[in-house]
Amino acid sequence: MKILVAYKRVVDYNVRIQVKPDGSGVVTDGVKLSANPFDDIALEEALRLREKGVATDVIVVTIGPADAQAHLRNGLAMGANRAIHVVTSEAVQPLTAARVFLKLIEKEQPGLVLLGKQAIDDDCNQTGQMLAALWDRPQATFASKVEVSGQTAKVTREVDAGLETIEVDLPAVITTDLRLNEPRFIKLPDIMKAKAKPIETLQLADLGVESGNHLKTTQYAPPAKRSKGVMLKDVAELVSALKAKGLVR
Amino acid sequence: MSKILIIAEHLDGKLNSSTARCVSCAKDLKVEAIDVLVLAADAAAVGAEAAQIDGVAKVLTIARGENAHALAAVLAPQVAAVAKNGYTHVLAPSTTFGKDLAPRVAQVSDIMAVEGTHTFKRPIYAGNAIVTVEAPQAQTVVATVRTASYAAAGAGGSAPVEALSLDVALPTHTRFVELVQGKSDRPDLQGAARVVSGGRALGSADAFKIIYALADKLGAAVGASRAAVDAGYVPSDLQVGQTGKIIAPDLYVAIGISGAIQHLTGIKDAGTIVAINKDAEAPIFEIADYGLVGDLFKLVPEFEQAL
Repeated sequence: MKILVAYKRVVDYNVRIQVKPDGSGVVTDGVKLSANPFDDIALEEALRLREKGVATDVIVVTIGPADAQAHLRNGLAMGANRAIHVVTSEAVQPLTAARVFLKLIEKEQPGLVLLGKQAIDDDCNQTGQMLAALWDRPQATFASKVEVSGQTAKVTREVDAGLETIEVDLPAVITTDLRLNEPRFIKLPDIMKAKAKPIETLQLADLGVESGNHLKTTQYAPPAKRSKGVMLKDVAELVSALKAKGLVR
Repeated sequence: MSKILIIAEHLDGKLNSSTARCVSCAKDLKVEAIDVLVLAADAAAVGAEAAQIDGVAKVLTIARGENAHALAAVLAPQVAAVAKNGYTHVLAPSTTFGKDLAPRVAQVSDIMAVEGTHTFKRPIYAGNAIVTVEAPQAQTVVATVRTASYAAAGAGGSAPVEALSLDVALPTHTRFVELVQGKSDRPDLQGAARVVSGGRALGSADAFKIIYALADKLGAAVGASRAAVDAGYVPSDLQVGQTGKIIAPDLYVAIGISGAIQHLTGIKDAGTIVAINKDAEAPIFEIADYGLVGDLFKLVPEFEQAL
């Protein structure tokens, strides 16, 4: 069984995002980029399924500019067998990404598609669900445990009410939550090995995918600031401050 | 004019307050009508509850055995079929329920403000930037509503309830197995007026008992930082932040939480934030209304005793 893994490059989670003064976007020049943390978890899960003998091939996919090759090399160094780079200089919205994946699915016929539940740049949390709908296959979002046996997968999902377990027929789409696993570190010899692994390069424009970039972003703004409060010296001051606001009796 | 369909969220025969928050958001959309759709095995109780939300024109129910559990693949075709009846907008709460379901029909995530019938504000980068987005006029807008940005619409409505029966084939490739719920008599974290959260500094699951004790005294729900959940001190459904729950209580008490940006985004809409931390430089103090620096194991019991 093949597993297709979405592997997006995003602004690193430690970067403090700044909105450009003219409201045209956020500052990305010179900021550190890294793999979307949820996609790292998706890749790790795919590798573990391969190590268990459930999968044979793990293919990492990214949709992004030409310089995203180095990012894909990281995915290969982590252990993916090969990579697909769908090249575009434009930011793609979730529906476009889902349509690209559908094209790749037709070609690769994977048994599982693993994606992070959301990318930490646009925070959309949509691509996996859209892909499942377009593909007309099951989805298991927010996975914190995945067990594949035969033609089904049992997936435990982190939902607001607690932990929900569902069973899905394969092929299926699974999106990963934080506690599914802890991604491995890349070792130096693996980086060397990754240089020999194949990266297939496709131009987004050549795939025949209808753009799903339906949303037009007209303005970026910084969030409303909370004003800095006061430091109190003891509990008694805190209780009286809260009483004054009517928050405690 | 907008004809809006809101997908009701419910569990164990009770309507979730996120539904009434969606109604508040819908009211900003130049409303012609706000209808609520209840998908359930037995929709009577939830339908009756939804009918009481102020501003709702009509409640539609689809009662089918397949709807006993909220499986997105099963619910989505029914939502799509109902939405075809002239609805300009379909809204669901931005909870795990809505986030799982809504994108199956294509969408705008996490509406925090309505600027026009097809123009919305939404957060990106964990709330560190707010974008204004325009959805195409020619399509039905399918969106999730950031529940922390809206108060729940009040009660007092008496909308008619209409049962629908749809001839829609539903997939069987996705099956519910079980739902393990955190058993708690405390208020629900997402709707609570007061929340007490603990972080990594608690150091153990056992130490969280001082958080529970304070929460009980305040009549508060209990939350936690990602670090505390990852460390196994509390279950995952208590996580507050970018990838957990986004909440807006009147009072938020953060104990032993340093305040990573991913956590802060989950609490920015709180009325009053209190932070207790031993590190005076912790980022949580940048957004806290009241800060106390010191040993939480001394300060928290003292706080509880003083109430």
